[in-house]
Amino acid sequence: MTSTNSPKLDPLATADSQETLSSEIQDISTTYEQSVQADPKREETQPRLNYPPYRSSLLRHPTKDLHHTDPETIELYSPAFGHRDVHQLESNLTIQHNGEPIGERIVIRGRVLDGNGRPVRNQLIEVWQANAAGRYIHKRDQHPAPIDPNFSGVGRAITGDDGTYEFTTIKPAPYPWKNHHNAWRPAHVHFSLFGTDFTQRMITQMYFPGDPLFALDPIYQSITDQKARDRLVATYDHSITSHEWNTGYRWDIVLTGSQQTPMEDEDHDH
Amino acid sequence: MTTNDLTPTPGQTIGPFFGYFNAAEQVHLPFENGDNLVPPGDDRAIQLIGTVYDGEGTPIPDAMIEIWQADEHGNIPNQDGSLIRDPFAFTGWGRATTDNVGTYRFTTVQPGATDEGKAPFIHVVVFARGLLNKLHTRAYIPENKGLANDATLSALGDRAETLIAKRDGKRLLFDIHLQGNNETVFFSYPGMDYPKP
Repeated sequence: MTSTNSPKLDPLATADSQETLSSEIQDISTTYEQSVQADPKREETQPRLNYPPYRSSLLRHPTKDLHHTDPETIELYSPAFGHRDVHQLESNLTIQHNGEPIGERIVIRGRVLDGNGRPVRNQLIEVWQANAAGRYIHKRDQHPAPIDPNFSGVGRAITGDDGTYEFTTIKPAPYPWKNHHNAWRPAHVHFSLFGTDFTQRMITQMYFPGDPLFALDPIYQSITDQKARDRLVATYDHSITSHEWNTGYRWDIVLTGSQQTPMEDEDHDH
Repeated sequence: MTTNDLTPTPGQTIGPFFGYFNAAEQVHLPFENGDNLVPPGDDRAIQLIGTVYDGEGTPIPDAMIEIWQADEHGNIPNQDGSLIRDPFAFTGWGRATTDNVGTYRFTTVQPGATDEGKAPFIHVVVFARGLLNKLHTRAYIPENKGLANDATLSALGDRAETLIAKRDGKRLLFDIHLQGNNETVFFSYPGMDYPKP
């Protein structure tokens, strides 16, 4: 007999068990590893768009080959953002309300580089995340975990001249979702990034080291290569931890290479 | 210049909880006037509007669309301020989410040719729950004489039609089909990896 406070079974969730999902994930992984062993050029560095264990991907991935082309005109440039757009305090997610949010205060620090190793300077970086109970501020998030009136879970920053960024936030919790029965996402922070070319635009998720849900999660596992998956996992960094205040994580982000012809004079317009 | 080739960080789905904006509140990524590159009353204003569909033809109500484009003279903007929207400054970038019936809409200007004879297009990037990485496409401006000579479109044969917006008065219609018979052409650019099983 469940109490009235217990979560109700969601009729929309598939009946598939975690065991079924894990076995599908394992099969894809085994096939991938054999394929790379036979031909290292088959190494994958990005998620597959068609990843059946993530049920929502089935009808939402293109079935035709993407058309490979060189970027043209506007695609070689990117929208500009600056301190006009983003106030410095927007990178601190713990001071947006009257009180302190509940949870483990953390600092996430890193650099944004392009595929040629150059820092992505003065560009917009956005984050959003669940709170310390695994709840998002969102109309469609009905997970019965408490909303924290002192935590919205959104932050913005402009990268520095050396591509660095820093966010102060609280550590998000895992949360349940409806992909299969008893499905839980590993704790993560969503990141949204721009480069110098609009073709470098990307959205991804940063995870925390050692999460026991990694092996079970079809979104994380949609990146079939372990080295590539590891690139989404932050490193605990005690030099970012500060005395009696926060723990610290480091996470560097690499965009694809810029196709722009390098300029002789790079303008510093600030 | 150093060219250390680094492996790009993998993308991930935007997920379902990227937020929303309405008159009362701004949550996460969408923001006030993100979909209005120019004010709706502007003399130059056109609407870019379309519906995002899945492989069964069902509209996708949890997608986020961004556009990036030249101004009406073909100038490529290099101006900050997109997030605060000065109505007198065209920044060229917009962000909209699909509504309950999968439709997105932008108020913008029709881009001019960036080079003489070049077919103008609005660059479109698609994010959605269920879509594990971003997808790039282009909404070409219809009835432009540059379309006939465009090398990219020519290479696509019949599928090029999925990239040409349809005009309806001051509206440009551009539906996006992630899958299916009318699947939109999506582009990959150098350095991008879209692995297939």
